[in-house]
Amino acid sequence: MRARNLVIAVTLAFLGIYLAWVFLEGVTGQTDARLADLALARIPESGVSNPVTAVLLNFRAYDTLLELAVLLAAILGIWSTGSAVPGFVPAGPVLSSLTASVVPLLVLTAGYMLWVGAHSPGGAFQAGALLGAAGVIMRLSGRPNAGLPPLPWLRVATVLGVLAFTVTALALMGAGAGFLTFPLAVAKWVILAIETAATLAIGAALAAAYLAGEPVVATGTTATSPGGSER
Amino acid sequence: MTEVLLAFDLLLSTTLVGLAMAALTSREPRRAVILFIAFGLLLALVWARLRAPDVALAEAAIGAGLAGALMLSAARRATGSRPSRNKTRPANEER
Repeated sequence: MRARNLVIAVTLAFLGIYLAWVFLEGVTGQTDARLADLALARIPESGVSNPVTAVLLNFRAYDTLLELAVLLAAILGIWSTGSAVPGFVPAGPVLSSLTASVVPLLVLTAGYMLWVGAHSPGGAFQAGALLGAAGVIMRLSGRPNAGLPPLPWLRVATVLGVLAFTVTALALMGAGAGFLTFPLAVAKWVILAIETAATLAIGAALAAAYLAGEPVVATGTTATSPGGSER
Repeated sequence: MTEVLLAFDLLLSTTLVGLAMAALTSREPRRAVILFIAFGLLLALVWARLRAPDVALAEAAIGAGLAGALMLSAARRATGSRPSRNKTRPANEER
């Protein structure tokens, strides 16, 4: 046991030294042009003015497509473990009224985050996280399916991000632009469309992850809720 | 102004490392998760200080908020199933 701890400690120490060296090398080692300058110089060609969105949705769109696929795979994994556990007890009056005012605010903020992502910090992942948070709050206040739509629609919502991304990319390829290459004339709208689909998919996936299993087909009275119909 | 910011950064990074160690060494899952959420919120501040507001937003919303909520419910189930396992199972499970 002692020997094993020693081995772990020495390995971690070497790993730490290696990481420190990599950091030092990354900060000081390179003298020629770095990738950030290259990306910043070509932002006008991306269709958006926020550098982060330009990189995520245009220059390295393939990465983002695969990230959405990873999220989809995670949800499939969660659903394959069985059906969702029963919900919590219905919320008391204070939590209910808080939920009634916080959830619409979260949905509104998510829409704002999605739109503002084109020119300032924000974007699909942050907006989707806010939608997911709205779902978590609804689940915590006693709604058995976290305000998510019925299962067939939920399935559509979770694949929406990957689907919209792939279909757009293939359509652009068919039009002669190349897979995941956005012509400047349509780039802004293509990015907005993909981000909208991704926001819905991320929100649905994160809220569904909190149910810890495939949602049970709703038969109850509280299954359909105002917040749920929006997603 | 820079001295104040430097002091703030030092305080932030030491607190961050302290919280990380506390979360890792905590024996009780629930306590560890709450420490992890505090860690995530401070990490969002660090990203903001590094002028990466996008990452700060994502860290606060996903890293601290949603991951925290997921782990809290996981921790509740872990502590809920542990006493029964300790009491009933060891005799059957050992051999």
